[in-house]
Amino acid sequence: MEQKPLPQKTLTVEVLDHLERLALVDFRTLEGVQRLEKAIQFADQLHAVNTQGVEPMDSVLEDRCLYLREDNITEGNCTEDLLCNARETVEEYFIAPPGNIPLPKLNERDTFLQVSE
Amino acid sequence: LKWKLSFQISAALKEGQVSPTELCQRCLSLIKATKFLNAYITVAEETALKQAEESEERYKRGQILGDLDGVPVAIKDNFSTAGIETTCASNMLKGYIPPYNATVVQKLLDQGAVLLGKTNLDEFAMGSGSTDGIFGPVRNPWSYSRQYREKCVQNTQTENEDSNWLITGGSSGGSAAAVSSFTCFTALGSDTGGSTRNPAALCGVVGLKPTYGLISRHGLIPLVNSMDVPGILTRCVDDAAIVLGVLAGHDPKDSTTVQDPFKPFELPSFIDASKLCIGIPKEYHAPGLSSETLALWSKAADLFENAGARVKEVSLPHTQYSIICYHVLCTAEVASNMARFDGLEYGHRSSMDKSTEVMYAATRREGFNDVVRGRILSGNYFLLKQNYENYFIKAQKVRRLIANDFVNVFNGGIDVLLTPTTLRDTIPYVEFIKEDNRTRSAQDDIFTQAANMAGLPAITVPTAVSERGLPIGLQFIGRAFREQQLLTVAKWFEKQVQFPMIQLQGMMDHGHIVSLHQKSASLS
Repeated sequence: MEQKPLPQKTLTVEVLDHLERLALVDFRTLEGVQRLEKAIQFADQLHAVNTQGVEPMDSVLEDRCLYLREDNITEGNCTEDLLCNARETVEEYFIAPPGNIPLPKLNERDTFLQVSE
Repeated sequence: LKWKLSFQISAALKEGQVSPTELCQRCLSLIKATKFLNAYITVAEETALKQAEESEERYKRGQILGDLDGVPVAIKDNFSTAGIETTCASNMLKGYIPPYNATVVQKLLDQGAVLLGKTNLDEFAMGSGSTDGIFGPVRNPWSYSRQYREKCVQNTQTENEDSNWLITGGSSGGSAAAVSSFTCFTALGSDTGGSTRNPAALCGVVGLKPTYGLISRHGLIPLVNSMDVPGILTRCVDDAAIVLGVLAGHDPKDSTTVQDPFKPFELPSFIDASKLCIGIPKEYHAPGLSSETLALWSKAADLFENAGARVKEVSLPHTQYSIICYHVLCTAEVASNMARFDGLEYGHRSSMDKSTEVMYAATRREGFNDVVRGRILSGNYFLLKQNYENYFIKAQKVRRLIANDFVNVFNGGIDVLLTPTTLRDTIPYVEFIKEDNRTRSAQDDIFTQAANMAGLPAITVPTAVSERGLPIGLQFIGRAFREQQLLTVAKWFEKQVQFPMIQLQGMMDHGHIVSLHQKSASLS
C-alpha cells in the first residue's frame, strides 16, 4: 500500500472538549487522546485513494426500492414490558435527572466524574 | 452429538433413535463439562428443556414443525431473546431482558428449535478475538484437541502449563466454540467485518455470511447498520443451507431486507465443478499471510483446476483499503448507534444524578469498555462538520470503489472468488493480547471485510489442519443473492478436502485440565 507520510495532526483542547460533549463520554487521559490520534492517523491513509468523480455509497441496496409498509398500527399495549427495563420510572414515565444543565467546564470536571469510580 | 444437522440428526429424531429431551439434556451436560471454554454467557436450561418437551410431544403426534424441530441451537448474545438476558458482553446491558425476539430467533423457534443459550463475544461485537467482553475471553476448543496437544508435546515444554490455550477469533467466538465443541448443532453469529467467518475458520467450522438484505436484522443489536448481517455457524455446508432456508426472506420489521421471495434449497449430492470459473484475487497475497495458508490456498486452486474448472487470477485493486475504509464507516455508525444507550429506558444507569447530562456521561463511562468508547470518539471526530467530507464522505466513496471492483470481476465471468479467510491459524491468548483491539481487527479482518463493504455472500470452509495441529479455513465469495451457487461450490470443496473432525475424547475431561480451568473460571 502506498504510505504517504502525512503531517500528524494535533488535537486542540477545543476539539477534545467538543468531542466529549458530543459523545457524552469522557476520555481525557493521555491514553485516550493517543488512541484517538492513532485512529485519525490510520484513517488518513484513505487520502491516498483517488476518488475524483466517485459518488459516495450509503448502502449496497441503493439500486432497490426501500420497502415501506402500510401505515397501520400492528403492535402496541406493551407499556409495561417496555418500562420494566428502566431503572427509574413513575407511573408511565421514564425519569431523568434535572435537564438543561450543561456539563461542567473542563477544570471542574474531574471532581464530579471521578466520584462514581 | 457429533452428528450433523442435515440428514443425520433430523433423521435420528424422526426415527425416534433419540428424543428431543434426551438430546437437549446431553447438550446441556456437555455445556457444563466444557464451561471452562466460556462459550456461553447464559444457559437457558429451564426454557430449553421445556422447548424440548414440547418438541417431543410434536414428534409423538407426528406433527413436527420443520427440519429443526428438537434441534439444540445457540445464539450470539447480541440477538434479542424474549425473557432471556441479552448483554452484548457489556456492562451497559447486563441484566437487560428484551421484551421481544429477534426475527431470526423467532424463526428458529417457529421451526421447533431448542434454544440452549446465549454465546460469548467481544463487547458489542467490536473485536476479532472474543477476548474483549466483560465475561472474559472464549477459549478455542482446539486448545484441548488431541491434534494440537500432540504437536505441543513435540514442540514445546509447556504441556503441563495452562498458558497455551488459544483464542477462538471473533467476535462470534462463543458461537464458533459452541459448534466446534459439539454443545449445539448450529449457532447464530453476526458478521460486520468478518465476525462470523473469522472465528469459524479458527475453530474449524463452517461460517456463512449471507448477502446483505437477505436475512432480517430486526432484534440484532446494531453495530454498523449498513454492513451487519446475521451469520450462520455449522459443522458442514449442507447444514448452513438448511439454516439459511429457515432464516432468509423479507421481514416487514426490517426495511433493509429485500422483498424478492427466497426459495429454500437443498444442495445437490453430485456437483460438476468443470463448468465453474474461480477467481483468485491477487491482492489477497497480503503481508503476514502464513506460508502454510498460502500453500493451502494454491492447492485449493489446483483442486478446482484439476476438476476441469477455469481458475483465473483477478484483481480487486481497492480491497486493500477496505480495512481503513471500514475503520471510518464503522466508528461513524457506532457513534450514532451507541447514542441510544443513555441509561434512561434500559440498561445500565449511573447513580450520578446531578443533571441529565452528567448522568448520561457517567452511565456511558461506566457502561462501555475502552474499545467501545474509543470507537464512539473516533466516529464523532470523523463526523465533525469540519471532517465530515474529508473522512466520512471520503470513506463512502472508497466503499463504492471497493464494491465496483467486485462488480467488474463478476461481470468478467467469474462465478466465485477463492481466498484465505485469515492470515494464519489461531494463536495463544497471551500472544494475541500483545496488540490492541484496533490493530488486531485491522490484521484479522483483512480478507473478510471487503465482502461486507460490497454486501456479498461469503463462506469459510474448514480446509486442513496446520503443522501445529490447528484448523485453517478458506473463503469463497459469491455474487449477491447467489447463495445457492456459492454453497454448492463450497460443498464440492468440502467434499474434496475431507477436513478431519476435532478429537476431544479424553482430552477435555482430563483431570488436571478441567480442575485448572474450574479455578480460572471461578476467578473471572
